[in-house]
Amino acid sequence: MNKENIELNKQTKINVTAKKGISLWGRIGYGLLYLILGIIAIFQIYPLVWLFMFSLKSNSEVFGKSPFALPESPRWENYAKAWTDGSINLYFFNSVWITVVAVVLTVLLASFVTFAITRMNWKYNKLVLGLFMVGLMIPIHSALIPLFDFFNKLNLIDNPISIILAYTAFNLPLTIMILLGFYYTLPREVEEAAVMDGCSVHRIFFQITLPMTTPVISTTVIINMIYNWNEFIFVNTFISSDKYKTLTVGIQNFIGQYLTDWGAIGATLMISIIPILIAFILLSNRIVEGIAAGSVKG
Amino acid sequence: MNKVMSNKWVIALYVLPALLVISVLIYFPIILTGYYGLMDWDGIGEMTFVGLENYANLLTDEKFWDSALHSFLLAAFSTLSLVGYLIISLILAGKIKGSELLRKIYLIPMLLSSVAIAQLWLKIYDPNNGIINSFLTAVGVENTPVWLADSNLVLYSIFVAIIWQYAGFYIIIYSAALKGIPESLVEAAKIDGANPIQIAYKIKLPLISGVIKVTIILAIVGSLKYFDLIYVMTGGGPNGASEVIASYMYKQAFSTNDFGYGSAVGFFLLVICLVITWLIRKLTASEDEIQY
Repeated sequence: MNKENIELNKQTKINVTAKKGISLWGRIGYGLLYLILGIIAIFQIYPLVWLFMFSLKSNSEVFGKSPFALPESPRWENYAKAWTDGSINLYFFNSVWITVVAVVLTVLLASFVTFAITRMNWKYNKLVLGLFMVGLMIPIHSALIPLFDFFNKLNLIDNPISIILAYTAFNLPLTIMILLGFYYTLPREVEEAAVMDGCSVHRIFFQITLPMTTPVISTTVIINMIYNWNEFIFVNTFISSDKYKTLTVGIQNFIGQYLTDWGAIGATLMISIIPILIAFILLSNRIVEGIAAGSVKG
Repeated sequence: MNKVMSNKWVIALYVLPALLVISVLIYFPIILTGYYGLMDWDGIGEMTFVGLENYANLLTDEKFWDSALHSFLLAAFSTLSLVGYLIISLILAGKIKGSELLRKIYLIPMLLSSVAIAQLWLKIYDPNNGIINSFLTAVGVENTPVWLADSNLVLYSIFVAIIWQYAGFYIIIYSAALKGIPESLVEAAKIDGANPIQIAYKIKLPLISGVIKVTIILAIVGSLKYFDLIYVMTGGGPNGASEVIASYMYKQAFSTNDFGYGSAVGFFLLVICLVITWLIRKLTASEDEIQY
């Protein structure tokens, strides 16, 4: 027994020294890992910090001084110039209302479909779901020319309705996919009880199911908002007059006019990304959730 | 229960509006694209049926094949870069303090519009006042490259911006999948004496193989569809050195007003995306998908 005890002690001692060795190497290893992760973080963030800095500079600073230097005295007038002279205010307002209308339409239609597919009993639900899911793989460009022709014939070219409809169609598949995951895990008891009480389907949908799905609805809303806010090709193709252009196409116009005014260009870009950064700070968890849910289940 | 929830009228009311929207605006147009590809058409006037002429021209159009080559190169780079994103995700899944915050920081560029990203990187790559060349000059490099104006460099330069944009997206996807692996499996492997690399390679990777497959499809198909960033950054230049399928199609239709030929290119893009998706699913389907 004593012998065994000594053996055991030896073993633990060896283990302890071994562990100390690992922890030293481990520390160096971890240090290296943190270094790598930190460098990547700087790579991802620094261009935006730099953008913010040159948005506050004058042209003489941009062309005469080091690009890494801080702005001498922040020129906020760059922002004022972009906002009014460059009609960024108009594009900004267009982006806001077009985004909002398209998001409401998409999320509402997608909720109807997801409810019908997961809660109601019918024969072709899998087939219809498949139709929506195949939409995820269709490249926008393969539909662009006929869409242009279609809107042209309906006199909807240079009309915001065309881009709102296009946003809705192309975001429906992803939105339904994100909603599905949540609907499948949602317990049905409340809805079943409501049916027993003689509730109509519409009341169940609007007063029970929709309120219960608010977390996932907010996820789909924020994901849709980001996509619509950033959309470029539909606006570039379908909208020609300035009064309906959104920010992505608007900043292209603006930069085309003020080609060498770095400060104003920087300010314009900052104005276009600030709403996204605010949404990100407030709702980063929802955004991460939406991105993960939207692709993992594919 | 069954009676209320099987009401055909309600089902139709709930499903048909959305179905109509995607049919009219997605499915009908992609079929029409194939059909328009058979036409000689300037987008405004009458169409003339020319049979397979546009598709035949496509086969011998060198500019088209150059742009297809660029698209496939971007697809290959994107797929290879997945390895890097996967390694970073595996590291972040370990005992890293602040890993949640790091993932979110990595994601920020993905949330910005491709137009803003393109404009920002135009400035970063600026030959005289951009940060890259200023840095190179400061450390003593003479003859700094003209990144986006050099036809040998332009595609790689664009790809760096693409990495910047998408790294966080893939890291989020991989991290979500890695989080789904039961802790007990990893613990059991540790007790059996497996080191972190063995655990990653033998346990974690096989368990998320389904997600890896999805990301490969996303990377390839996403690259083939690539448009906004390149259109704004280089417009396909210099001299077509960064032209891709989608930008070539756009130019044919909306700049040259050759809508028939543009449609043929668009239809080719659709077919290639669907075939590749189908192929990857088919090739990887034989491997048993691991359930846990």
